[in-house]
Amino acid sequence: MLPVDGFGFWEGRELGKVNHRMDPEVSAVRLTILEAVHILSSSEDGGRIFCTLESLKRYFGETENPALPEEQEEFARIHFSTFLRFLVGKLSPDWLELLPDGQMEELWASFFLEGPADQAFLVLMESIEGAASPSFRLMKMVQLLARFLSVGRMAAVMEGQCRQQAGPAFPLLQETLLTKVVGLPDRLGNRLQRENLATFFPQNYFPLLGEEVLRVLQVVVDSLRGGLDCSVSFLSQVLGKACVHGRQKEVLGVLVPRLTVLTQGSCLWQRVCWCLVERVPNWAMEAVLKGFVEAAPGPEVLSRLLGNLVTKNKKAQFVMTRKLLFLQYSCTMPMLQSLLGYLAMDSQRRSLLMQAGPTTHQVLKELLETWGSSSAIRHVPLVQQRYVSKAILICLAHLGEAELQDSRDELLASLMEGVKSRLDSSLPPVRRLGMIVAEVASARIHPEGPPLKFQYEEDELTREMLALAMPRPAADGPSEAGPSFALVSGETPDRETVDCSGPQAGPEGSDSELDSDDEFVPYDMSVDRERRSSKAPSYVRGCLEALTGSEDWERWEAALWALEGLIFRSPAATQEVSVELAKVLLHLEEKTAVAGFDGLRQRALVAVTVTDPAPVAEYLTTQFYALNYSLRQRMDILDVLTLAAQELSRPGRLGKAPQRGSPDPGSQPGGAVVPAWRAVVEERIKRKTRRFSKGSAGQAPAVGPNEFNLVAGYFFFPLLQHFDRPLVTFDLLGDDQLVLGRLAHTLGALMYLAVNTMVAMPMGKALLEFVWALRFHGDAYVRRGLLSAVSAVLLSVPTEQLLADLLDELLEARSWLGDVAEKDPDEDCRLLAVKALLLLEKLRDKLLPLSSP
Amino acid sequence: MTGLFPTSGENSGGGLDFITWEQAWCSEVLETPVRPQVTSMAAPRLPPPDPQFVLRGAQSAVHALHFCEGAQGQGRPLLLSGQGRDLKLCVWDLAEGRNAVVDSVLLESVGFCRASVLAGGLQRWMLAVPGRGGDEVQILEMPSKTSVCSLKPEAQARLGMPMCLQLWQADTSPRPLLLAGYEDGSVALWDVSSRKVCSRVACHTEPVMGLDFDSQEARGVSGSAEKALAVWSLDEQQALQVRGTHVLTNPGIADVKIRPDRRILATAGWDHRVRVFHWRTMKPLAVLAFHSATVHCVAFAADGLLATGSGDQRISVWSLYPRT
Repeated sequence: MLPVDGFGFWEGRELGKVNHRMDPEVSAVRLTILEAVHILSSSEDGGRIFCTLESLKRYFGETENPALPEEQEEFARIHFSTFLRFLVGKLSPDWLELLPDGQMEELWASFFLEGPADQAFLVLMESIEGAASPSFRLMKMVQLLARFLSVGRMAAVMEGQCRQQAGPAFPLLQETLLTKVVGLPDRLGNRLQRENLATFFPQNYFPLLGEEVLRVLQVVVDSLRGGLDCSVSFLSQVLGKACVHGRQKEVLGVLVPRLTVLTQGSCLWQRVCWCLVERVPNWAMEAVLKGFVEAAPGPEVLSRLLGNLVTKNKKAQFVMTRKLLFLQYSCTMPMLQSLLGYLAMDSQRRSLLMQAGPTTHQVLKELLETWGSSSAIRHVPLVQQRYVSKAILICLAHLGEAELQDSRDELLASLMEGVKSRLDSSLPPVRRLGMIVAEVASARIHPEGPPLKFQYEEDELTREMLALAMPRPAADGPSEAGPSFALVSGETPDRETVDCSGPQAGPEGSDSELDSDDEFVPYDMSVDRERRSSKAPSYVRGCLEALTGSEDWERWEAALWALEGLIFRSPAATQEVSVELAKVLLHLEEKTAVAGFDGLRQRALVAVTVTDPAPVAEYLTTQFYALNYSLRQRMDILDVLTLAAQELSRPGRLGKAPQRGSPDPGSQPGGAVVPAWRAVVEERIKRKTRRFSKGSAGQAPAVGPNEFNLVAGYFFFPLLQHFDRPLVTFDLLGDDQLVLGRLAHTLGALMYLAVNTMVAMPMGKALLEFVWALRFHGDAYVRRGLLSAVSAVLLSVPTEQLLADLLDELLEARSWLGDVAEKDPDEDCRLLAVKALLLLEKLRDKLLPLSSP
Repeated sequence: MTGLFPTSGENSGGGLDFITWEQAWCSEVLETPVRPQVTSMAAPRLPPPDPQFVLRGAQSAVHALHFCEGAQGQGRPLLLSGQGRDLKLCVWDLAEGRNAVVDSVLLESVGFCRASVLAGGLQRWMLAVPGRGGDEVQILEMPSKTSVCSLKPEAQARLGMPMCLQLWQADTSPRPLLLAGYEDGSVALWDVSSRKVCSRVACHTEPVMGLDFDSQEARGVSGSAEKALAVWSLDEQQALQVRGTHVLTNPGIADVKIRPDRRILATAGWDHRVRVFHWRTMKPLAVLAFHSATVHCVAFAADGLLATGSGDQRISVWSLYPRT
């Protein structure tokens, strides 16, 4: 009982202090309290205590015999919290049992639940935090707090703050309340650890807080209707703080749908709502706005909830027109549509989006400028580029032609600059982005001009972007979901019919009128091509003639089809004409619309190179740096070299027929036939054979010397020789960076394929020098090639040689890799650098056990 | 149990390589087919199926196929043969696993035309074979081999040789009818009893190579050496009318068969491919590219199994759109 006595003493002192300052007239309340305190601390008689407490309740004003208003006020202002603290101190099992059936506890709790809520809340929180860790009192207080929340007293806490605006608010009290209201889950979590109640979990508490805020708003609206002034700034602060704590989803998930409904028909509600957002402190504005944009189902709702906030509040304007668009790229597409739609809905806000004449902030212009800046293209991650592109398309969909006409030239200028730099990029996604935006934007900005039209493959992204560019129909109500949802769902039904078709076959013998076509889903019929005539030459030389001199296009086509098979079947005959054949194939142009021309030509070239590697590789590598080739041909050379090297280095190649065959053996009897039956037969033998030892029963991997060994040099070194010497038509270090990227990739692949060869070491050294020279290249594709080349060196050159001869180069490369892994704007580059670093680490691990013994 | 009987005609020295595949199926002639790796871009459609079984070992090109239903085949010989250069049509006894020639018919013309059988009963059945003079069709009563009649088109018609035959009998009338595809690309309907052409329709410009008729819907389909399938129908007045043509990728159809449940049909193509269509709508359903030589014949079993025989000496068996 020691703490109780101590409390009582302290209480008395406090009250005494108050006494000195108080006027004698009003001290009647004080006397009553003192007396009550005295009785409570000395008496053990349950009935007496009960009467005393009951009598004090008249100060709450809800009994039939309430105290005078000024007495009530004095009690609430001066004595209530101290008295509550005293009551907390009294709490003990014995004391509660002074009256039967928990009457005492009920009475005790009623002081917290019925008295002024803010003070009761503060005392509750304070005593929970002050109580000894696992104790009776802590448990009771926690239960009481849960009850406090469940009966909606939190609304009363906030309501109290809203009404107080007439008198001077106590900033300190408000601050404390704010901290405790929002921080309640954290505090209780810390205090109770594993014993925490579900009510106090953030995922439960914050929705509740949202509901309470809504109830307070209802009260505010009601009292405004009644002509009473109210302030919502405390609510704004609560909202702001909760959002800053990252609880937008929980709070606004409750608040926004209800506000959407409530603001629909009521101007007063709208005004209150605008006020609520406006009063959010600057430090919380971003979190709150982001939460609203996320939770609002569409621009119409957002516009109703926020009003013209962006034009009134600088911070809000910054967040909405700059931060969410340029500095971040985390908004989802529906959010972005809501945001930009919101800006476009009102004439005042629309001027932020696009305005005639020179103004400081114009969203569209800046978006296009950002999009068009070539340095941004180089240094900004692709995801963000997509984000900005989508924002542009949405903006354009919202703006009218007349608005766009006014600053057409400026817009077109930045657009075209961006398109140009994007089309120059060697990364296909970047190019495609340029094409889509160019098509859509030019059609909107310059509708009377000739339409731009690019060829690109349609995929999820392009469809999404084109859908964004469609002007949205002005819709309200349930259809506010936005087109992106429809886009997602549009894909699925097609799938389903395909999937379901199997089981839903009709009953047997059903009439043909009954069977639906769905049941007979066609198979893929892409193999159904026209069959070639049988004019194909039977010898390699015949093919050569047909491809060069022939005017008979059927024969030309047939020769092209047959060539690869013929080369593999008669290597000796091929070697006689190999270089000539390579020359013809390299210069071959697509003369008829033969399907798969590129593939046929490439496979034939690869076959020639594989059959007679040294001379053909020598020829091809010299041609790579020769004049008068198109970029396409140069890249073909690189591809062919890689594929041929891959084929040569394939283990067990000599034993088997070449794997890579015709695309369609069924229709091409001349092509190499894969002996798949062999696998089946072997499988069957294995099944029927009983083996007594399981030693090497598994199929050993095909082994054999790397055939690439002898010729790797022919493939590799000539490619490295002239890359820094520009020709008139071919400048690897200048405009033709795409080929440079391809070259880097090819060199990496050749290096990788040269594993277990004698030349791996000098190749690695040369390659690292090449990489070192180009390591700061501006193009991401080139850098990717270089990084994969480094990995290839690490994989192919034997560890001992790497450490003995290439140590310095490796250490240099390591610091560069570290830099790239951290700072490179391109995601793939970072990833590749990390992979190379991991390989380096592995190398070190291998080295350590070697050196330690 | 269903047996599948191929007939091969290339080595028509008189004998016939004749294999009963019943026993063979589950053992060593099995070959797991390997689908060619076609790298196509994300095709939403399923890739064409693989054959269920491949029967190898015929050792010569397969020219005709027929599923023989075990229950029905009791003691009933199956007709089919190298009615090839030896001018002989053989009747085989296949009951209880036998395969012996029990009878043979001497033919009077050498051609591509296959004979057609109209099964009346065990004792009497009717056989249509190409007859004398290059343009006649001869009708024989079997097993007595007595010539019932010979159907000779009018001289000025210039139909050319009959290329394919199908005997059938409408449910409503006892009169046997014969559908014959001719060299000039027309299909003619013969009333066998009166030896008259009921109707004739020119549906192709090249010789008709195969036809099949759905007697319940009075609709038929024919394939020719040209690049199209023709669908025609027969009205109450026994007049043939072309309903439509369906253009193919490659020319040349060697055989056409409608599945017994009349839902799909299959064609044997000179382009080595078997094409499957929906019979009612003629919607293309699948292109089966497995054989490496001309497909000569297709056959459906009563349970829906499809067999195709080809010049690459293989028979492939497929299960497509199975009946539930």
